Amino acid sequence: MGPLLRIATAGSVDDGKSTLIGRLLYDSKTIFTDQLAAVERTSRERGADTPDLSLLTDGLRAEREQGITIDVAYRYFATPKRKFVIADTPGHLQYTRNMVTGASTADLALVLVDARKGVLEQSRRHAFIASLLGIPHLVVCVNKMDLVGWSRERFEEIREEFRRFSIKLDVPDLSFIPVSALLGDNVVNRSAEMPWYEGSSLLHHLEEVHVASDQNLIDARFPVQYVIRPHQDFRGYAGTVAGGVFRPGDEVTVLPSGFSSTVERIWGPGGREVAEAFAPQAVTMELADHIDISRGDLICRPNNRPHVGQDLDAMVCWLTEQSELRPGARYTVKHTSQAVTGSVRELDYRLDINTLHRDESAAGLALNEIGRVRLHTRTPLLFDPYKRNRGTGSFILVDEATNNTVAAGMVLGPRVAASHVVWHGSAVTRDQRATRGRTIWLTGLSGSGKSTIAVELERRLVAAGRPAYLLDGDNLRHGLNSDLGFGAADRTENVRRTGAVARLLADAGTVAIVSLISPYAADRAAVRAAHEAEGLPFVEVFVDTPIADCQARDPKGLYAKAAAGEIRGFTGVDDPYEAPERAELVLRPTDGDPAALAATVLAFLDR
Amino acid sequence: MSEGWVREVSTTYELSHLSALEAEAVHIFREVAATFEKPVLLFSGGKDSVVMLHLAAKAFWPAPLPFPVMHVDTGHNFDEVIAFRDETVERLGVRLVVSSVQDDIDAGRVVEETGPRASRNRLQTTALLRGITENAFTAVFGGGRRDEEKARAKERVFSFRDAYGQWDPRNQRPELWNLYNGRHRKGEHIRVFPLSNWTELDIWQYVRDEGIPLPPIYYAHRRPVVHRDGMLLAHTRFITLLDGEEPVEALVRFRTVGDATGTGCVESDAATPAQVVDEVAATRVTERGATRADDRISEAGMEDRKKEGYF
Repeated sequence: MGPLLRIATAGSVDDGKSTLIGRLLYDSKTIFTDQLAAVERTSRERGADTPDLSLLTDGLRAEREQGITIDVAYRYFATPKRKFVIADTPGHLQYTRNMVTGASTADLALVLVDARKGVLEQSRRHAFIASLLGIPHLVVCVNKMDLVGWSRERFEEIREEFRRFSIKLDVPDLSFIPVSALLGDNVVNRSAEMPWYEGSSLLHHLEEVHVASDQNLIDARFPVQYVIRPHQDFRGYAGTVAGGVFRPGDEVTVLPSGFSSTVERIWGPGGREVAEAFAPQAVTMELADHIDISRGDLICRPNNRPHVGQDLDAMVCWLTEQSELRPGARYTVKHTSQAVTGSVRELDYRLDINTLHRDESAAGLALNEIGRVRLHTRTPLLFDPYKRNRGTGSFILVDEATNNTVAAGMVLGPRVAASHVVWHGSAVTRDQRATRGRTIWLTGLSGSGKSTIAVELERRLVAAGRPAYLLDGDNLRHGLNSDLGFGAADRTENVRRTGAVARLLADAGTVAIVSLISPYAADRAAVRAAHEAEGLPFVEVFVDTPIADCQARDPKGLYAKAAAGEIRGFTGVDDPYEAPERAELVLRPTDGDPAALAATVLAFLDR
Repeated sequence: MSEGWVREVSTTYELSHLSALEAEAVHIFREVAATFEKPVLLFSGGKDSVVMLHLAAKAFWPAPLPFPVMHVDTGHNFDEVIAFRDETVERLGVRLVVSSVQDDIDAGRVVEETGPRASRNRLQTTALLRGITENAFTAVFGGGRRDEEKARAKERVFSFRDAYGQWDPRNQRPELWNLYNGRHRKGEHIRVFPLSNWTELDIWQYVRDEGIPLPPIYYAHRRPVVHRDGMLLAHTRFITLLDGEEPVEALVRFRTVGDATGTGCVESDAATPAQVVDEVAATRVTERGATRADDRISEAGMEDRKKEGYF
């Protein structure tokens, strides 16, 4: 049998979710006869004509008596291709808390839309939580197609509506399947009623969806969980790999001490020696040097480290009705194999998950509410942004008085301004300088033409007597950024440093022209925010060349290599490019050649 | 301008489902050993507890198991299972604690049910909680699986028990990612279920792949049985025959092993782990539905017993 796929579903009775799951289990022959008999008996006792398949998952007495689902229920089924774990969460009571719980470990989220009702608030909420929790695959089942006459137009209408909404979210893989859970169409078997639908059935999709590439194989992270030391000759560091790949012979660094060593051997459970270890394998590592390592330390590669810090920004979801999150309160922060005391320093805003509106005046977070906070810990945490690594980017808050788990947290990144160094003001103001500077930030895929446009732009500005300087990603890597690799954290750092240099140039009165793929929206947003905080103009230019054109140009042969599997994590191929949503300028190849596009930028500056 | 990076691609980095389940369980064992003062593993000689012990031993290799095992002994045991228990404990060099229902009966702490259908199933709760309190255990590993029963399907991996050993299903701690909250006050404890996400089929596939020894009654053998309440009960010295019941010999095996008075067997000719895997893959009845009188008490039978502190 193949690998495990963890699925999170959410929804209420009305949209037919229980029926869909029941259908999936029933048609894949997973329901046992004694379970089905019990369901049929209870349904009859309640006067229902058809078996109420939700009774299969409602396990607690209170749930059956009240006809509601209280908690996350786990269902298991298998086909010859895969084994599935479904975390099924109720749609009404404590909806967010349960969905966040079920979604935290899921590879795929299943969202139901009633074909008659279209995309409701609830569907949006599901999709938002799936994206917040970093579920890489989202499958939208447009259910009850039988009740809209198997209409292709209706299906496509809903698909477009959902697509428009989901652009605002971070969903790497989005699929739509028209189904009738009641009649079984496109659940396990293809529908005869919808010949216009050429995709696969839900079960087939679940069996085939490619999840191996979802994991982060770049950033090697090994939080030490337990030290195994049976005798003088063996000192093993046991833990679960949280990212990347470790092999014997690898040079490693241990944080927070910073000591370096080499991986000598890696043991799987029970003493099976392995040639490489990757997430989520539980292994035991022996290092070449005897250095002091204990639980809570983290082993990584010397040139690809997590952030080390006591101040970080995070999204949190509040999980209890017994208290509210209040700035200033103390909690135990459980993160990887560490448990440290921490406090919420600030609540930046509370997010309305229906409208995505940010309420900056919110004083606290109550049960099921989500917000952005600044967290401070007594001792440093070793972390990555959740988006890059679920294992090192997630934490929970535990109430020290009740011992309850009160919040789930997802790290956004280090709090940038958490420094005790005081800014030393200059005697010269910006107005006293000869020229006014700004930053022009060109972002786009590899091969999109950014550098050609940037070079032309710099030439024209200087020719016009205006101080300008080109900050080229590759060139900076020869000096300022020569210590950075291509891991996620290093990419973020690369963007941050380049942004900082651009700010200095702009402050000095120069037009800084940056040409950098800078694929992640959050990184670019941080640079923009830093500029705005200092009153420096920031112009984001999105060089929007379709990937097909970039591939056809392929000036460095990199797309060919990526297609051949020689390059991994290549932006636009198997690593996301998050297109800007509010770029000041968008340049497309149809708008002209690079010289014309550079002129467009100039015209914008002179506007 | 390009920032593409080059990396060699070797294998597809994907674990088989059994390796993923194994890794999850190993992580849980290590987490408990690192954060609890006095863990204990419940070991009856039944297949789930055997697999659990096997995984625990693998988690700490090459060191010995850093905690003892405990058997809650109803006194109504299959001889083969007790022999297997003692043999396994001896082989692995672990310490065995026995908490006996008979001791509770003798001391008057519980009153035994009477009649031909009497069962000591419910009395186990007292012996279990007494064993935990007397030894001041803070974490108790159980072999419960979420696919077994509807109340179990809602239980956490780290399941909090109050000072009376009781479970409150409506007030469970949220459990996210692999961050387990084991905090508790003195007198309270945490039940830990490393096999939460395993199914009966997973257990058997793992037994087959790992060559894990099990008590012989899990494989097809001939023995006298009686038909009762739609189940096949082994005719042992603990069974009082009802009017009209006539023991017959049959080729059977056990899918679960509990108290000899309440555990049924199924007709089967599966004599090896591989044959059992095939049989389980094809079966259409849950293991508890087929063979456990204790779970037939009512639809909420398990939930009620769990609230009181049962396994």
